[in-house]
Amino acid sequence: MNRTTDKILLFGYGNPGRGDDGLGPALAAAIEALGMSGVAVDANYQLNVEDASEIGGYAAVVFADAAARGPSPFWFSLVDDSAVGRVGWTSHSLTPAEVVALARDMFGSKVPAYVLGIRGYDFGELDETLSPPAQDNLAKAVAFVRKALVEREFERYVRDFGYTTAGPNNGSPTWKA
Amino acid sequence: MSVAKRIVIEPVTRVEGHGKVVILLDENQKVIQARLHIVEFRGFERFIQGRPFWEVPVLVQRLCGICPVSHHLAGAKAMDRIVGGENLTPTAEKVRRLMHYGQIYQSHAVHFFHLCSPDLLFGFDADVAIRNVIGVAGKYPDLAVQAVLMRKYGQEIIKATAGKKIHGTGAIPGGVNKNLPLAERDVLLKDLDQQIAWSKGAVKIAKDYTVQNLARLAPFGSFDSNHLSLVRADGAMDLYDGNLRAIDAQGEVIFDQVDYQRYVDFIAEEVRDWSYMKFPFIRSIGPEKGWYRVGPLARLNTASFIDTPLAEAERKEFIRVTSGKPNNVTMAYHWARMIEILHAIEKIQALLNDKDLQGTDLVVKGQRREVGIGLIEAPRGTLFHHYKVDENDQVVSANLIVSTTNNNEPMNRAVAKVAQDHLQGVEITEGLLNYVEVAIRAYDPCLSCATHALGQMPLEVTVVDHQGQILDRKSRG
Repeated sequence: MNRTTDKILLFGYGNPGRGDDGLGPALAAAIEALGMSGVAVDANYQLNVEDASEIGGYAAVVFADAAARGPSPFWFSLVDDSAVGRVGWTSHSLTPAEVVALARDMFGSKVPAYVLGIRGYDFGELDETLSPPAQDNLAKAVAFVRKALVEREFERYVRDFGYTTAGPNNGSPTWKA
Repeated sequence: MSVAKRIVIEPVTRVEGHGKVVILLDENQKVIQARLHIVEFRGFERFIQGRPFWEVPVLVQRLCGICPVSHHLAGAKAMDRIVGGENLTPTAEKVRRLMHYGQIYQSHAVHFFHLCSPDLLFGFDADVAIRNVIGVAGKYPDLAVQAVLMRKYGQEIIKATAGKKIHGTGAIPGGVNKNLPLAERDVLLKDLDQQIAWSKGAVKIAKDYTVQNLARLAPFGSFDSNHLSLVRADGAMDLYDGNLRAIDAQGEVIFDQVDYQRYVDFIAEEVRDWSYMKFPFIRSIGPEKGWYRVGPLARLNTASFIDTPLAEAERKEFIRVTSGKPNNVTMAYHWARMIEILHAIEKIQALLNDKDLQGTDLVVKGQRREVGIGLIEAPRGTLFHHYKVDENDQVVSANLIVSTTNNNEPMNRAVAKVAQDHLQGVEITEGLLNYVEVAIRAYDPCLSCATHALGQMPLEVTVVDHQGQILDRKSRG
């Protein structure tokens, strides 16, 4: 799919009923409430295959998820789909790199994609609240994203906030800063 | 009985959540048991207790990011009983059914094409580097795109009937909160013929593969079992509502047309000290032999017929393979799943052309009750929701039996069978790992409704002895 809009897609994902796993949707809700022009917001429990058919139309995509590892309050990395080709250990849900790779292979997408990993700490029992430190991180992430979606200097954010050693699947080569 | 070594496979790839497999060997290195350890959602009772009952259909979606619609509808059906609104208006029931068939459709599509088809298209023994969804997209791009668009179609139905992806609110106690406007219906009708054609093609892929490879597939992870599902009063397959029917491996009826409000008189749950997950069984038979399978294979076996013509024709072909007896081949789950996808799209077609979807009578209420039980045939099998609500409208207790729990013992049996047939020595070969995964994937389990936070859950294979000492460890992914 070729680009059809100048909008940036912010896609927050995670389960709001699993403690800090709800950071992604919480960020999406906060940004949606701002009503920013030039920004489309989506949220779901996880990334799915059909998302691959959607992302190619945007100028850029920012996936926002809770991060079980990495620096606080958040990190920001480029999604590098070039190495995707190994088995995924779950595929009712996908990683950002897998979504981007499927969008590329099936729909001809060339959309630049980034991941915002908001550091969370409590992913245990069913709980609809964020832990206090996760709430602090969320507030800082919202402020960052609000500014970033206006400035659109994503490569600089990758340099400033990139995280190289622990993307999804513990440092898979599909991730780089 | 002595146990010499334990082989641990953790977690299983391409099934949801976090599980590990322990294969128990005796001193002669023969497989004596397999244990699939599943970490179910924890803290549900505490999560739900004290919450007002009308929040239940929304709250229970938090249980699982894979099948929130199934929990939404099962929870709503239970709350229908609480408000005395179980006899829904035609509009409410049909909107809910449309939502449910959309869920079945999208879930079965993604499972078959993106989890199962790599095994079928590339072979069980193919390199894992290509035997995955990306590999399918590379070698069979049309098929991969088709799967995405089938999934997307189902999701669009869910969006039209349930609302937002994370906060689905369509079903409420005693009904629904919206109908389906004509404009939304017309959008869904536009793609319907293509979806039906693709569904027919999907059945053909699964059927041809199963029939052509039956000699190899028949013993793979297979065993005789009982089967359980809801069926309609006339015995037809009904994925949204009905009464319970259980049959044995030969097709003899164990019980039939049981009102599921009485399920506790017929189904019990066994606790085993090594597993967080319970083991349901049929009371009259007992835990040793009373366990059963649920899901597409069980539903094809229990149903007397399917009330949509294309799927019924396929069902007849399905039962012809076993001369009308129940099909106990684990790998036949895939074929059964695709017959259900055809049934689902036929149901969607009928519903979209039903004017009741545009009705405005959405909610009914009747005599208030303390106890509400809701069952539904979720994509993975029968899902039980059971609640007690006090006079202050607060939930005081809850019990769920999710589809994967119902299939707990069968999945363990499938792994044990595969290990018995394919384990050589004590080494976890890539081949064995593949076979274990293929057997478990047939059930499409949702292992823990787990979180998916970045950086969690690497794939790891570990071999330890009976004293817990690690003998070998492998990782994948």
